[in-house]
Amino acid sequence: MAFSVAIATGLYGLSFGALSVAAGLDLLQTMALSLLLFSGGSQFAFIGVIAGGGSGVSAMSAAALLGIRNGVYGMQVNVLLRPSRWRKLPAAHLTIDESVATATGQTDPDEQRRGFWAAGIGVFVLWNLFTLVGALAGNAMGDPARWGLDGAAVAAFLGLLWPRIRSREPAAIAVVCAVVTLIAVPLVPPGVPILLAAVVAAVLGLSGLGPATEGLEPDVEPYPSGHAGPGSAGSGQGTA
Amino acid sequence: MSLWGWVLLACAVSIATKFLGFLVPARMLDNPRMLRVAGSLTIGLLAALTATNTFASGQGLVVDARVVALAAAAVALWLRAPFLVVVAVGAFAAGVARLLGAA
Repeated sequence: MAFSVAIATGLYGLSFGALSVAAGLDLLQTMALSLLLFSGGSQFAFIGVIAGGGSGVSAMSAAALLGIRNGVYGMQVNVLLRPSRWRKLPAAHLTIDESVATATGQTDPDEQRRGFWAAGIGVFVLWNLFTLVGALAGNAMGDPARWGLDGAAVAAFLGLLWPRIRSREPAAIAVVCAVVTLIAVPLVPPGVPILLAAVVAAVLGLSGLGPATEGLEPDVEPYPSGHAGPGSAGSGQGTA
Repeated sequence: MSLWGWVLLACAVSIATKFLGFLVPARMLDNPRMLRVAGSLTIGLLAALTATNTFASGQGLVVDARVVALAAAAVALWLRAPFLVVVAVGAFAAGVARLLGAA
């Protein structure tokens, strides 16, 4: 199963690489994001803000806020795998949606450990390889609008959002945040509307809207329906 | 700061966030309010990014070929297409809409 997760995410890297150079990052900047930031959603957020003309600080902030869930995953992995001190840093770097989903999808501790490392390393290698291929292809393609790459970006963000909307509350959060964003677009500099939406989302979350782990699902759902995601560990979250 | 600076800072923040999760005590996981904020932040940001990438053009709002891409992607997702197919459908739809004269 870890293998199919890695393949799915490798292909997802292809679209990231192409969209990143279309957004105006060069090849090395694109690779730096995949090697060092290594979190699909945050990387898409970074280039999404830059593509819209947003500033570097807005792009960085959007990526950082979207990465908060990785901190939550880190706590789960630490409890589950109990890595030795020297393994904590590599384990932390490989803590992403897919590796956490693979580990928490197993019940046997050895299988959990094996699943985490196999998915984490597999995704890391393929994600970077396919980012490189995508970036090279994107460079060769020239004008992104001519190839519909701006449409690809729209589809990518909707694809990341879609699996997290499983009930009325997350749908309400999504609609409210989208509306707030669009109202803010003409009023504030590019990139800032996304951060305003983040503030609204945080307030909605603090006020207790929605079940506890709604929205904390993998970026890509590589599993047949009915498979439990990372929220399955001790929280009654429904799986579509 | 240059774009490079923000790229590297974003990378550093990401690594620090992940590592922090390994350092805080496990009982923080029992705090449902924090999980709820992390979850709703993720949804809110992705919804905002979808909205701006569809309708924003600088500081203006426009309806162009990207709306067609959004609708086509929604149909693909509804049909449970895999991620890469959804992205390809979005690109294809925007390309066709432009061929047919959409901005």
